[in-house]
Amino acid sequence: MSEEEMMDDEVVKKFMFVNRRAPYGSIYALESLEVVLIAAAFDQDVSLVFSDDGIYQLKKGQETAGIGMKNFSPTYRALEMYDVEKLYVSKTAMDARGISKDDLIVDVEVLSDEALADLMDDQDVIFSF
Amino acid sequence: MKFAIQVNEGPYQHQAADSAYQFTKAALEKGHEIFRVFFYHDGVNNATKLTTPPQDDRNIVNRWSELAAQYDLDLVVCVAAAQRRGIVDEGEAKRNGKDAENIAPGFRISGLGQLVEAGIQAERLVVFGD
Repeated sequence: MSEEEMMDDEVVKKFMFVNRRAPYGSIYALESLEVVLIAAAFDQDVSLVFSDDGIYQLKKGQETAGIGMKNFSPTYRALEMYDVEKLYVSKTAMDARGISKDDLIVDVEVLSDEALADLMDDQDVIFSF
Repeated sequence: MKFAIQVNEGPYQHQAADSAYQFTKAALEKGHEIFRVFFYHDGVNNATKLTTPPQDDRNIVNRWSELAAQYDLDLVVCVAAAQRRGIVDEGEAKRNGKDAENIAPGFRISGLGQLVEAGIQAERLVVFGD
């Protein structure tokens, strides 16, 4: 089957993006978000996982003027408009950093390591940033 | 098996750039198909022809170009990541008013849709990065 035919058949795969890094120490978080938006535009079944320092990406009250970088955290709130509504966070990562759901700018589902592993097992494509 | 490869780290800085090449080459030699190699983050720096490593070291950029020529590989550099880091082809140079281009033979610059498409089309997406 040609590529075009495949696209016409509207193949929908489960795309998971695993975000493991703090938002501003490196560019991974920002460039991950760019792929997420494109994957959503391709009408794929997109879910996001935030684990390790990645949960800081969702922290309320980000103030970046002092480091001369753009605060891109409002984009996470816009994900809903792109039908990206499956946001998961690692309970282990939250507990280790003393962060609760109330500290986050978007509504998320908090999952145990075991539940996250099951969810990953269910995916077709996993991107890790 | 039909693979797609994502390269997230720059050459010489990180083992991922070497491992991605070695995996791709080994897979091709075993008769597997590589749908596309997509360069993202600092991985786009694997595509600059201005690289000049010491003579007794491997040439990571040339290695990709040669593999692409041999197997008709699709080496795609993310345009947004490339613009940030100064990886430029003729079209991009014109569009952004730059007086030089530096894309190595066998590479092309395109959008993130190419990565998502690779994820859709391939049976396995293999990510090389930190």
